[in-house]
Amino acid sequence: MFNDLTQQFLPSTIGGLTIGAIYALVALGYTMVYGVLRLINFAHSEIFMIGSYASLFVIISVGVTAPLTGIALLGLLILLIVVSAAVAGGSAILLEVVAYRPLRRRGAPRLAALISAIGASLFLQELFALFIIPDVFGRPGRIDTAVPRIVDRDVLFTIGNAQVRTDQVIVLLAAVIVMILLDQLVARTRIGRGIRATAQDPEAAVLMGVNIDTIVRLTFLLGGAMAGVAGVLYAMEFENLRFNIGFILGIKAFTAAVLGGIGNIRGALLGGIALGLIENWGAIFFGSQWKDVIAFVILVVVLLFRPTGILGESLQKARA
Amino acid sequence: MNTHRKAGGTGNPLTALRAATGDVSDRVRDWWADASPWQRWGIYGLVLLLAIVAPHPIIASFMSPYTDWTSLLFNPIGTYVLLAIGLNIVVGHAGLLDLGFVAFYGIGAYTLAYLGTTVGWAFWPTVIMGVFLAAMSGVILGAPTLRLRGDYLAIVTLGFGEIVRITAVNTKALGGARGITPIPHPPNLFGVEFLLDPLPYYYLILAVIVVAVIFSIRLQRSRVGRAWTAIREDEDAAELMGVPTFRFKLLAFAIGAMVGGLAGTVFASKVIFIAPTNFPFILSATILAAVLLGGAGNLPGVIIGAFLIAWLPERFRGFADYRILVFGAALVLMMALRPQGLLPSRQRSAEIKEGTGGMGSLGAEVPRPDTDPDTAAVEVAR
Amino acid sequence: MSRKRMVVTAAMLAGALALTACGGGGSPSGGGGGGETLKIGFMGDLTGENSGIVIPPRNGAKLAIDEYNATNPAVKLQLVEYDSQGSADQAVPLTQQAIQQDKIVGLVGPAFSGESKAVGPILEQAKIPSISASATNPGLAQNGWKYWHRVVANDADQGPGIVDFLVRAAAPKKAYVISDDQEYSVGLADAAFGAFQAKGVQVERDQFAQAASDYSSTVAKVNAFKPDVIVYGGYYSQAGRLLKQLRDAGVTATFASGDGSLDPQIIQGAGAPAAEGAVLACPCNIPFGATTGALADFTARYKAAVKADPAIYSTEGYDAATLFVDAVKAGNTTAEAINTYVSGAKLDGVSKKIAFKPNGEPDVNAIFIYQVKNGALTLLGQSTEAKLG
Repeated sequence: MFNDLTQQFLPSTIGGLTIGAIYALVALGYTMVYGVLRLINFAHSEIFMIGSYASLFVIISVGVTAPLTGIALLGLLILLIVVSAAVAGGSAILLEVVAYRPLRRRGAPRLAALISAIGASLFLQELFALFIIPDVFGRPGRIDTAVPRIVDRDVLFTIGNAQVRTDQVIVLLAAVIVMILLDQLVARTRIGRGIRATAQDPEAAVLMGVNIDTIVRLTFLLGGAMAGVAGVLYAMEFENLRFNIGFILGIKAFTAAVLGGIGNIRGALLGGIALGLIENWGAIFFGSQWKDVIAFVILVVVLLFRPTGILGESLQKARA
Repeated sequence: MNTHRKAGGTGNPLTALRAATGDVSDRVRDWWADASPWQRWGIYGLVLLLAIVAPHPIIASFMSPYTDWTSLLFNPIGTYVLLAIGLNIVVGHAGLLDLGFVAFYGIGAYTLAYLGTTVGWAFWPTVIMGVFLAAMSGVILGAPTLRLRGDYLAIVTLGFGEIVRITAVNTKALGGARGITPIPHPPNLFGVEFLLDPLPYYYLILAVIVVAVIFSIRLQRSRVGRAWTAIREDEDAAELMGVPTFRFKLLAFAIGAMVGGLAGTVFASKVIFIAPTNFPFILSATILAAVLLGGAGNLPGVIIGAFLIAWLPERFRGFADYRILVFGAALVLMMALRPQGLLPSRQRSAEIKEGTGGMGSLGAEVPRPDTDPDTAAVEVAR
Repeated sequence: MSRKRMVVTAAMLAGALALTACGGGGSPSGGGGGGETLKIGFMGDLTGENSGIVIPPRNGAKLAIDEYNATNPAVKLQLVEYDSQGSADQAVPLTQQAIQQDKIVGLVGPAFSGESKAVGPILEQAKIPSISASATNPGLAQNGWKYWHRVVANDADQGPGIVDFLVRAAAPKKAYVISDDQEYSVGLADAAFGAFQAKGVQVERDQFAQAASDYSSTVAKVNAFKPDVIVYGGYYSQAGRLLKQLRDAGVTATFASGDGSLDPQIIQGAGAPAAEGAVLACPCNIPFGATTGALADFTARYKAAVKADPAIYSTEGYDAATLFVDAVKAGNTTAEAINTYVSGAKLDGVSKKIAFKPNGEPDVNAIFIYQVKNGALTLLGQSTEAKLG
């Protein structure tokens, strides 16, 4: 067992960081929408899926046939991130307008909004399985859609017995950069102030001249854009997409958001990374089949002893 | 009585549509709410009579041309109705969101299967054991988590459902992914043999449903039921008035779990073979959708909701590919048009108009000039 | 309340109903014409996640029935399809319907083992013969069922078949067995794990969830153990993803899997460079690139009818349906008589020579070995003779 630990610890850590970064990006969407609307946006996982397919569409359209390097790779990544973030953010706004706004308008209870979210989630999955994947990508709708390789799996450097590859470094770097940008946006700009004010006290925010609908739309846009970035990184790293990739990943990401302290942007980053690491470390001892159980048990334990998550809930209270 | 609707009819087209769709079922509901006990029992009797003759081939040919109607009446229709009655106690009565209800169903089914095949217990003791274990797991899950906020409860119960399923998959003693077979059938009852013919099982589950319905109605009208209503509407106020909220929430969880476990044992007694794939997350979501579609808290509504959700996909099997697509869209449409469900109780309708009674209202919502006037109008006005 | 709104409601409801109803209608094929028509069922996952390995045998069975009907026999056959989506919950009522309403005299299927377990006792009681072209769980043959048959070898033969072949062809010292948590996957992995132990090969294993997509912890375990061969029990979607992630992490050990992964999709999923050299075993005989003999003839007829190449279990589906056709040709028209005929039949089938043991198992347990070469699946031959390319 000890031998297992020493042999597997570092490689598992690298793997955990990579998937954890993707959890974190998706968790941001849950956390922001929850902070503002007190709603578990169940369909957020499908926004992530849409983002991943948007990036596949770009990769195919650009006609990448061999892995890229240097400036060409950087350019493609930026293009992918911009397009996917736009498509996913737009889809998130559309989702809000169709599935949540009618409910918000009449002050429906959150339970109703949650059911609407589950409905939207199923609808979007099936829309892709039945129409978009076969019609746009010309592939069977319910099995994996392969993504052409855009980054070579070269070993960049090694730490102990763990090899760190280019693609993994890109995932981590991109996730961290995007999250710093978002954090600054929320902390420093007028838009960010509006979001925080609405999260804290919607009535006071309205009185202060904040347009709630605009703020809600922006929240969905930003959360969706983050899921879009996650979609790009997922497509690049795992190279297989499917209509239901969002389902498990979405549950994990929401868990990560709660773990870090829901409504807290930095908490989402911390929660995502922590969840990715805990899962992989747990798998060393118990086997990979227990990963999901480990994740949920940790969640329950954290909630019992610190119900507000690691960093506490503070989209409202974030530094002005 | 419809003054507020007239006011809301102009402007927003959704409002008009909403009012139109709601009208018929509201009238049904109102009639039901005003009906005398005798009329109600008459209707219950009529429904029961209908349920008893339901397996008749003439009804079958219309209700289910593509697949065996009697089998459908047992599973999914009977099992969904029973599960929905159980979940309704948790969601509809106590206002707690449970996204992992399938776990209790699974625990019931696995208890029957395991004790029946490996340990060799007789049928009825295993049923009681299944119900007991489901209730116990409800308490074990609820005790630490029911102090949490509604959303956390949702994610924790979702996690619990997955933990139970994954544990079954990875536990060799429970058959792992292979599941358990052959599960013994119930012994003869009143001279009726329980073998492969689905008909006796249908009457068995029908009898169980009748008992569950009576139990649920009695419960709702008791002190316990009133305490749940108080908790659902305003937990803090209930606590201040001296209602031990935590204990009552735990009780709701345990009773809901019991009904779920009971459904599991009845299900397992027919199917011969169960595996973890019988208990996926989507089943929890489907049952929840059934409860809310029908109208959480109102038993006739919940039963109708569960019936529709179980029956429609099988009735339109030719439409198989698009079933889930339509189901998803229907949920979104339903919540936009009539979030209180097809046949909600009056009390629930009023609560939903106020934005309470379902984990409270959404954030970021402030009454504004462009808000529908009916939002403000509380239905009590009628 | 105005009458107009009531009308709107009614119109909306009617519209919704019409929308839902328009898709109605079963999908029986063949049949019609004069004389007597008997119904043969086909049951399996025709629209769900694993329909990729059920549609080819369906096409094979349909081809056999259509060819027979084209000869204008006195007793025609009709193939009725039952889409169970691989779920036992759906298969049970469908089977009741098939027996009571449609009065089928034989069933090709159920395609998977889980649904077979649920449906077997019902078919047994109704005395309806069934022949599965793809259910490979060993336990199915141990129920004492008289009406159940299959035309493929089971996982208890398939697992050791792969292992025997690998031990003979690659002489590994260390082996790693991986599976996901589906019934088929675990069964195959168990059989392979046991076979490696019996051969004295040092072996370890890991398992991941079906819906997982990040296998980094499994890959780390494999890298730490440094095996010579890896056997994966499971279906092609997960196999493709796993193989890619293994190769990305620098694992070079020979990768082998079973029939569930024998699909060109594994090459798509893993990427051609990663998939190259992967070994796939199957109790099925897929005529990849057959140019002569019965297989080439079958391929040509199949292509003409289905407009696609024969794929996994096409030949087995064809053979299963052919057994029923032969039974009817021999003058049997009741389910009971057809069962008696099938149980004693000797068929020189397209896939292999078929005869049944008393428990319904085929009497030859041929395992065929395939390998990915130059980005395409090629048949190496039977597991007892094949050589790694």
